[in-house]
Amino acid sequence: MRWAVPEAEFMDPGTLGCQGCGGALSMRMVLKEVGDDAAAVLPACCWSIIDGPWPLHSLNIPVLHTAFETAAVVATGIKAAKRHQGKDTTVIAWAGDGGTFDIGLQALSGAAERNEDILYVCYDNEAYMNTGIQRSSATPVGTWTTTTPDERPEPRPKKDIMAIMAAHRIPYAATATSAYPDDLARKVRTAVAARGGMRFLHVLSACPPGWKMPADQAIEAMRRAVLSKVFPLYELRNGRDLTITVWPDREVAIEEYFELQGRFAPLEHEPQTVEQIRSDVAERWQALVDRHERTMALAGA
Amino acid sequence: MRERLLLTGNHAAAYGAMLSRAEVISAYPITPQTMIVELLSELTASGRLDAEFITVESEHSAMAACVGASAAGARAYTATSGQGLALMHEMLHWAVGARLPIVLTNVSRAMAPGWSIWSDQSDILSQRDVGWMMVFAETVQEAQDFVLWMYRVSEQVYLPGMVGMDAFILSHTAEPLIVHDQEAADAYLPPFEPIYDLDPAEPRAYGGLVNRDHYFELRYKIYESMERAGSLLREAGEEFGEVLGRRYTPLEGYLLDDAEYVVVSAGAMTSNVRQAVRDLRDRGVKVGLLRVIAFRPFPITEVRSLLGGRRKVAVLDRNMSPGHSGIFAEEVRSALFGQPDAPPVYGYVVGIGGRDVRVETVVDVVDDLTVREEPEMALYVGVKGLPIGPLRRDSQITRLQPLEVQP
Repeated sequence: MRWAVPEAEFMDPGTLGCQGCGGALSMRMVLKEVGDDAAAVLPACCWSIIDGPWPLHSLNIPVLHTAFETAAVVATGIKAAKRHQGKDTTVIAWAGDGGTFDIGLQALSGAAERNEDILYVCYDNEAYMNTGIQRSSATPVGTWTTTTPDERPEPRPKKDIMAIMAAHRIPYAATATSAYPDDLARKVRTAVAARGGMRFLHVLSACPPGWKMPADQAIEAMRRAVLSKVFPLYELRNGRDLTITVWPDREVAIEEYFELQGRFAPLEHEPQTVEQIRSDVAERWQALVDRHERTMALAGA
Repeated sequence: MRERLLLTGNHAAAYGAMLSRAEVISAYPITPQTMIVELLSELTASGRLDAEFITVESEHSAMAACVGASAAGARAYTATSGQGLALMHEMLHWAVGARLPIVLTNVSRAMAPGWSIWSDQSDILSQRDVGWMMVFAETVQEAQDFVLWMYRVSEQVYLPGMVGMDAFILSHTAEPLIVHDQEAADAYLPPFEPIYDLDPAEPRAYGGLVNRDHYFELRYKIYESMERAGSLLREAGEEFGEVLGRRYTPLEGYLLDDAEYVVVSAGAMTSNVRQAVRDLRDRGVKVGLLRVIAFRPFPITEVRSLLGGRRKVAVLDRNMSPGHSGIFAEEVRSALFGQPDAPPVYGYVVGIGGRDVRVETVVDVVDDLTVREEPEMALYVGVKGLPIGPLRRDSQITRLQPLEVQP
């Protein structure tokens, strides 16, 4: 199998990422397509650590660390300066799910609404992993975290960040994961080419310690997330035109996704929640398929 | 071309940013700062100022955008007030730690609740310890000129600078303003040439994880730079006089030579203090004025030499630090502490929440000062129904409410 992923590397080996870190892999894959005329903003997240303590730095692009809730707007400020200087540098805001779904949502919404010329990447590991696995609004229902213990697992479904971004009518938004590298690479390429406005990538990124699974299962878990339709891969143009980009080529039950990960252990005692998730997943998938078909019909395909 | 116009403090601040050729402006509207944002929007939209204007969704984001822009090598400016400055607090720290020469105009307003848009310096003084240089304007002219003065020094020491001006008394009051010739302003403030600018050809990381073996040194350098800023402010103030015709200093004395009593004041109310000093002189009271212009770095040595040997000092504080006293009084006392000729310092809290500080108010303060025997940490001036004096002793809670169950 040949992947359409560039060979160039912009991330050095020897980062402080945990074994099997999906967030580190996501960065590596994204930068391969973005190239070296880029600068990144890192708010508080696992990547504040992964990049290395001063004076070390593992990326071959400049990085500005910033406060938790400011990724989108600091990127906006950098882009404004670069634009003023006549430079075409791609400015990446690189934030986790906490920095995107929760504390950074206001600045993200502001940047999206103003259609700022930045590439926002949320590497989503579905909890505050850097502080030691606390729930975020990206944590799926039924999940164990240190703040949603076994006795009271996460009671609410994951926030639909893509719907929020769609509501801002930004030029390009997509879901992706490193388990499908060519799909991810193509979406980054599309996002970089769509410069001039706001681009948003929602990248599911496995966290072996936080998901309570062996490091060598990270890719498999992300793949099963897609195949079970828990995390469908699609893209959205102008918040309207939706296209599914990866159609599962085999049936994978949601249980097969859950069973890889100890964080879903509470679900073993909650069959009703599992059935609720199953119906939600099916309903959301059908809604995506309907929108995909409408997009195709409008495009005359 | 040099123009003489009749303008408000807010419009003067906007002209200050324009003369400074700010390259990225990011701001969020808040009364009484809005006119700054409005005029800068017009100036950038018309092309009179070649800058990127970002209409962010909060003051926190206004400062965050300035942090990004400044880190990428642009001259960044913002303006805010009261609640907005408080919301920025985290990013004010960030600008300092990241060593970014951002300049901000704060139109000082009282903190809520209750909602108050009126003059009160508690907002800016609550940011005392973040590490920004801070200067207090008294006139519309200074509201403009201090923006340039701050950039001149900021870009040398890589510390951000804040210009304080008072709500309405300065922000909405029109005075004659000399808008400097742009070429002369350019001669005073050359283009910002940053050491680092997030250049992809030099892929460095900025502001990341620092272990215990480096952090202290990074902070120590901030102390050193702030120390240096003291003398640079003085030099840059002299230079302002040479290039743009108005000389600025960290402190300003008025009728101090033979003064036995000195009133210390900052900001717009100082104009009334000056008038009160003249009136009191007519009555034969040997009083003078010491105006604090630079609050950070605090001109400790000059404060000592200008106040040493006086009979009594009254410090006017349009701010409060509950549990202590007025903040300027604290600073003055701390500068004088241990000096052999230190005068007693009487703190006077005045004008909270925009209550007028009139010429008569200051005369009352000095009359109180001359007769009061013991210095007080804080004397409250103009509280309804109360004479000038310390907190009411009888109103203080002296006992804990007893527990219902005795242990």
